[in-house]
Amino acid sequence: MKNLLWVIVLSFLACSQPLKTSPSGAMIKIDGSSTVFPVTEAVAEEFQKAKEGAVKVTVGISGTGGGFKKFCRGETDISDASRPILKKEMDDCNSGGIKYIELPVAYDALTVMIHPSNTWATKMTVQDLKKIWEPTAQEKITKWNQVRPNWPDQPIKLYGAGADSGTFDYFTEAIVGKAKSSRGDYTASEDDNVLVQGIANDKNSLGYFGFAYYVENQNKLKAVAVDGGKGGILPSQKTVEDGTYEPLSRPIFIYINNKSLDRKEVKEFVEFYLKNAAKLVQEVKYIPLPAKAYEMVLGNFQKGKIGTVFGGKSEVGLKIETLLQREAKY
Amino acid sequence: MASYAKMIAAGKRWDKLFILVGLSSMLVGLITLSALIIDLAIDGVPRLSLNFFTSFPSRFPEEAGILSAWVGTSLVMLVTALSAVPLGIAAGIYLEEYSRKNWLTDFIEINIANLAGVPSIIYGLMALGLFVYQLHLGQSILTAGLTLALLILPMVIMATREAIRSVPTAMREAAYAVGSNKWEVVKDHVLPYSTGGILTGVIIGLSRAIGETAPLITIGALTFIAFLPKSLMDPFTVMPIQMFNWVSRPQEAFHFNAAAAGLVLMAMTLAMNGLAFYIRFRFRKKIKW
Repeated sequence: MKNLLWVIVLSFLACSQPLKTSPSGAMIKIDGSSTVFPVTEAVAEEFQKAKEGAVKVTVGISGTGGGFKKFCRGETDISDASRPILKKEMDDCNSGGIKYIELPVAYDALTVMIHPSNTWATKMTVQDLKKIWEPTAQEKITKWNQVRPNWPDQPIKLYGAGADSGTFDYFTEAIVGKAKSSRGDYTASEDDNVLVQGIANDKNSLGYFGFAYYVENQNKLKAVAVDGGKGGILPSQKTVEDGTYEPLSRPIFIYINNKSLDRKEVKEFVEFYLKNAAKLVQEVKYIPLPAKAYEMVLGNFQKGKIGTVFGGKSEVGLKIETLLQREAKY
Repeated sequence: MASYAKMIAAGKRWDKLFILVGLSSMLVGLITLSALIIDLAIDGVPRLSLNFFTSFPSRFPEEAGILSAWVGTSLVMLVTALSAVPLGIAAGIYLEEYSRKNWLTDFIEINIANLAGVPSIIYGLMALGLFVYQLHLGQSILTAGLTLALLILPMVIMATREAIRSVPTAMREAAYAVGSNKWEVVKDHVLPYSTGGILTGVIIGLSRAIGETAPLITIGALTFIAFLPKSLMDPFTVMPIQMFNWVSRPQEAFHFNAAAAGLVLMAMTLAMNGLAFYIRFRFRKKIKW
C-alpha cells in the first residue's frame, strides 16, 4: 500500500517538475465562434503539419461574444467570429489597448428547411418568412394557410437557433429586420443536430440552420428556395458566391490582435489561413469567398488595415468586394 | 386462529407486492442504463482502435482521435485526486474527531452539505476569478484540477464524516484503555476501519468530476489541441469537451467518434472504481483486530 502511494506521489511530482509560468515554444491562441471553429480547426491542423510541430495552435469555442471578451483582454491572438464586432466589444478592445485586423474568411449560408414530403412551401419569399417568424406572429400564425391561403390547413412546427447564437442574430436581422427580434414559441436549440432531427421527423416542420448541416443531411431534409426579390434561389456554392442567395448568406470572420503580429508565427499562420482557405473551407462544407476576394483580404492584411468596416453593427446583404474596399473604422 | 392466518397471508401479499415494486424500480434504472450502453457500444465499438487513442483531433472523422483528450483528463483527475483527497479526509477527521460540537460546527456542516449541491458552473466562475485572474495559474491543467477538487471536496468531507461516525465507540474506548492518545486512535483504528466508506465517497466524487464540462469551459479549456502538455501549466482539453464537440458536428461519422469516446470515458471511470476496490481490499487484509 505504501509503495503504491509513493508511486502515485512520485509520478505526480515528475509531471509537475517543469512547472513554468508560461507554456513552452511558439504558441498561437485562438478562441471564439463555434460556427467558425471547423474552418479554423482545419487550418490549424494543416498549419501544424506544415510546421512539423514547431508551432502549437490551440482553438477554443467560447462563442463569438465570449471569444471577443478574451480577445479584448489580450488573452488570445485570434478571435473567430460569426458576426462583425459590436460597438460594446469595440469599446472593450479600445480600453484594453487592443488593435485588431478584421478578415472575412468564408461564407455561411443560413438554410431554411422543410420536411421532404412538404410540396407546397418549396419556395418562400422573405415576406412569408417574416410573417412566420416576427414577434407578433407568436401564437397567431400557427397554420400554413395563414401564411398563404392556398397552403394546407395544417399546423406549422417551428425549429430554430437558440437566442445566444450568432445564427439567431443574423437570421432575425435578415428576415425580421431587427437583430434578436423573433417569436419565442418554437423549438430552440444551440445544437443544430437537434434541429435536424426535429425537422426530419415532423411532416409540418420549418426551421433554419447553417449550410453544412444541410449538406450532411440532404436525404432527410428539403431546402427552401428563398426569394429575396430575385426569384426563389436555393443555397449552393454558386448562388452564395455570385450573391444571388440573399439575404441569408453571411460572411464569417477572424480578428487578429495587431500586437500578436510582431510574432513571426502568427503572421505566417494568418497568411497560411488565407492562402489555403479556399480548399479547406470546402472540405468542411462551408462556402469559400471568390478567389479574387481572398487576394484582396490578403492585401488588406499585409497592408495592416486596422479596425472594422461595420462600425459596430451587423449588416445584411453586402457584397464581399464592397466590404473589402470600405474604409475601416477603429 | 383464522384471523391470524389472514393477517399472515396479508403480510405475505404485501411482501410480494413490495418485491415486485422494488424489482421493477430497479429494472427501470438498469434497462435504461444498459440500453444506453448498448446503443453507445453499437455506434462506438467499430471506431475503437489503437489509432483512436494515439491521434489528435482532426477535421477528418476517421483520422480524429482522443490523444489530447484522454491525456488531459488523466492529468486533470490526478491533480484533482491528489488535492481533494488529502484535504477532504483531513477536514472530515478534524470536524468529526477534534472540533468541539457547537453551533459553529453545525453551521459549517450545513454549509458543506449545501456546497455539495451547488451547480458546477458556479465553481467554474469562482475558479476563473480566483485561480486564473488572482493567482495567475493560467488556463492550465493545474487550474482545472484544483477547480474540480473544490467541486468534489464537500462530497469527500461528508463521506469521511459518515464513515468515521460508523466506527463503533467500543473500538475507540478499547484503544484509549490501553493508553493510546487521540492521534494514535485515529491513525491506527478509526482511519483503517473507515477506509471503505471514505473511498466510496472519493470515487463518487471523482466519477462526477471526470464527466464535468461546464466549469472547465468556463476556465478556458480548449477544443482543438494537437500537442501533449509538457507541464501542468499547459493548456488542455478533456474527454467530455471533445465528445461535446463531436456530437455537435454535422458529419455523422463524428457522432460515432463521440460514442467511442463515451465508451472510453466509461472505461476510465470503471478503472478508477477498480483501483478503489483494490485499495480497499488491501486495507481490509491488513486489519487485525
